[in-house]
Amino acid sequence: MILADGHLRADGRKGIRNVLPVIYLVECAHHVARQAVERAQDDRVHLLGFPGCYPNEYALEMLKSLTTHPNVGGAVLVSLGCEGFDREALAAEVAASGRPLKTVVIQEAGGTRGSINATLEAVAAVRDAMERQERRAPVAISDLTIGTVCGGSDGTSGIAANPAVGRAFDRLVDAGAVCIFEETGEMIGCETALSRRAASPEVAAAIMTSIGNAESYYRSMGFGSFAPGNAEGGLSTQEEKSAGAYVKSGSRPVKGVIRPTQRPGAPGLYLLDIVPETPPKFGFPNISDNAEIAELMSCGAHITLFTTGRGSVVGSAIAPVIKITGNPVTYRRMAEDMDVNAGRVLEGTATLEELGEEIFRLTLEVAAGAVTKSEALGHREFILTYKSADALGTLCGMTAR
Amino acid sequence: MQEGNGPRGREEAAAVLVLNPEDNVVVCRRDVQAGQRLVIDGDVVVARSDVALGHKIARRSIPRGARVVKYGMSIGSSTAEIQPGDWVHLHNMKSDYIASHSRDSRERR
Repeated sequence: MILADGHLRADGRKGIRNVLPVIYLVECAHHVARQAVERAQDDRVHLLGFPGCYPNEYALEMLKSLTTHPNVGGAVLVSLGCEGFDREALAAEVAASGRPLKTVVIQEAGGTRGSINATLEAVAAVRDAMERQERRAPVAISDLTIGTVCGGSDGTSGIAANPAVGRAFDRLVDAGAVCIFEETGEMIGCETALSRRAASPEVAAAIMTSIGNAESYYRSMGFGSFAPGNAEGGLSTQEEKSAGAYVKSGSRPVKGVIRPTQRPGAPGLYLLDIVPETPPKFGFPNISDNAEIAELMSCGAHITLFTTGRGSVVGSAIAPVIKITGNPVTYRRMAEDMDVNAGRVLEGTATLEELGEEIFRLTLEVAAGAVTKSEALGHREFILTYKSADALGTLCGMTAR
Repeated sequence: MQEGNGPRGREEAAAVLVLNPEDNVVVCRRDVQAGQRLVIDGDVVVARSDVALGHKIARRSIPRGARVVKYGMSIGSSTAEIQPGDWVHLHNMKSDYIASHSRDSRERR
């Protein structure tokens, strides 16, 4: 089934959007980059960035993956000039992918206003180049990578929104898509059940190892992946939250355990392990939901299915976010932010199968260009922070890109 | 949420859901009031307090230290004697893995 024409990239991957990110490479360049994005007045121009001055291999690899994401057509880098980020390495990766790229160095471009103008000129030049080299090609379900994440979970998440997404995941996997679920910290307590779904003994062992690692990591941080709102929404323990979160993965075999920036080479269902293998060095594995969405995108996710009970409003730069709430009260309160009301399953007006079908169809419509609620509202959240390079880990049960 | 409203209104009559036959707790599909009679697989359990949508109510007695079972799997252990109809949450159960944190307590163990 062909969904729509997408944006064909030189590596053969196809984008469902054509984004031009402007990327600040240290907090000191944030203002210039943000001003240029605001003045560009173009929904395709998104702001990304990394705030730190000290170099970080994880952040470099993440930005390499994100600037060569199939939804990205070209990029503009904004550097202060003296920061530790290896902008040449990032620029080389983008150029090697065949994408147009410009770099603005504030210390060379004449201060704030000169740099904002230079960045706007760079955006215009890259956009022109993107249009000149535009190639379209039909997108099929088998071209898609779909991620899922939950945020603001409550007692409805595990019985409505998450199992509905699980049913959509089953449909997508059966149709040849790559589907990625994540947060091993939210699998704690489910390791045995999940490992039984592994496609091979090696993957089963990797699941047990990665969830065990997540438990010891979070234990040493003193907190699980469990926020006060989870408790207010009726969840009592990490393992209860896990049991509800885990059903987002659906029922198909788990083909492999991947790490941020690793892209599965074959269709199927994958677990993304985001927890560093070594003891905490830079803090929590991911400080908020958008850090997880960024990692799903680094693995190629074209769209993220975001389930929420308490009610999150976020979207994302680069890849659209479809928001699904299982809480009918949240839906009524925040309908303008929610793409799907899975709370109907609690009210008895829809079945999980019907909701899974609705999410499946909406995913295909968004891949074909339909605008999600968060996109329409201008949500373009992005966050990237320091992390141990060993979060990028070793491959298991997958083909390297 | 009104009862008897909508194409499958009759199914809405149940205020709580049994997710798995082995479970000793049920989940509220809407807010439940203290004293409300809940029919759970033919048994009547009376809610002993107000319990909000998404929260859990014991359908059976759960002795102190016993497993709390939801989705057919353990979601932690009880820290008090739990009676049928009791709200089951941080005040009477705990994780067997990692302590939960909430706004009014830095840590509960």
